[in-house]
Amino acid sequence: MTEMQPVRLHFTVDGGNFASAGMASEAVKLRLKQIGIDPAAIRRVAISMYEAEINMVLHAGGGEAYIDIYPTHVCLKMSDTGPGIDNIELAMQEGYSTAADSIRSLGFGAGMGLPNMKKYSDRFELTSEVGKGTTVKMRINI
Amino acid sequence: MNIKDIVRLLDADIICGSDRLETEVKSACGADMMSDVLAFVKDQSVLLTGLSNPQVIRTAEMMDMVCIVLVRGKRPDAMMQELARAKGIVLLCSRHRMYSACGILYKNGLGAGETCV
Repeated sequence: MTEMQPVRLHFTVDGGNFASAGMASEAVKLRLKQIGIDPAAIRRVAISMYEAEINMVLHAGGGEAYIDIYPTHVCLKMSDTGPGIDNIELAMQEGYSTAADSIRSLGFGAGMGLPNMKKYSDRFELTSEVGKGTTVKMRINI
Repeated sequence: MNIKDIVRLLDADIICGSDRLETEVKSACGADMMSDVLAFVKDQSVLLTGLSNPQVIRTAEMMDMVCIVLVRGKRPDAMMQELARAKGIVLLCSRHRMYSACGILYKNGLGAGETCV
């Protein structure tokens, strides 16, 4: 039996504009509301994606966001071609951050982004290569 | 408590959302790091912050918050105001510092909701 075709969304995240960061996550949140998903599940999707989107803008100069909405879950794939992560184990620790003070002054860079994505998603996969980029895949049951 | 009570208690200016002042709020949190709001906040409807940029509005929207209070006399720029209007979030400004603003609201019955991480 084949799985039902998902609702597919794609956004290019602009890396040069901090003020507009989060627009893709907003659009996905709105779409999930329109579909009538449980608000608690929508919030988990929104937070996970927003954290990834902010990371893309602040650390990687933007990237691509792919969202597949199934009746039972949402799959997020966030890919960038930024500097990559040297030590993933360290990066996953709460409070560890390589963010500059300029990023902290914007209210981010406290080392909670990646742990937060993992916390709010039911499946979390992070792959990264230094100099090539980072991809985060998340599945959130709805 | 409703948002109108917050305006009165914190002697706050209403930047936008004056048509939503009767909205009831049950808990609040204070943070300048949006990372912390995203990580630790759960079901709080009011955010008190000294940070003033558009991501404060986006963070509040992701968390389904209904009211933001900028403390320490911070003022929102035009984009922040526009975003708050578009998202239907009440935006207030108070000259109180974070500690006193939180204390005043707490003393008057606006709790912290879930306090353990």
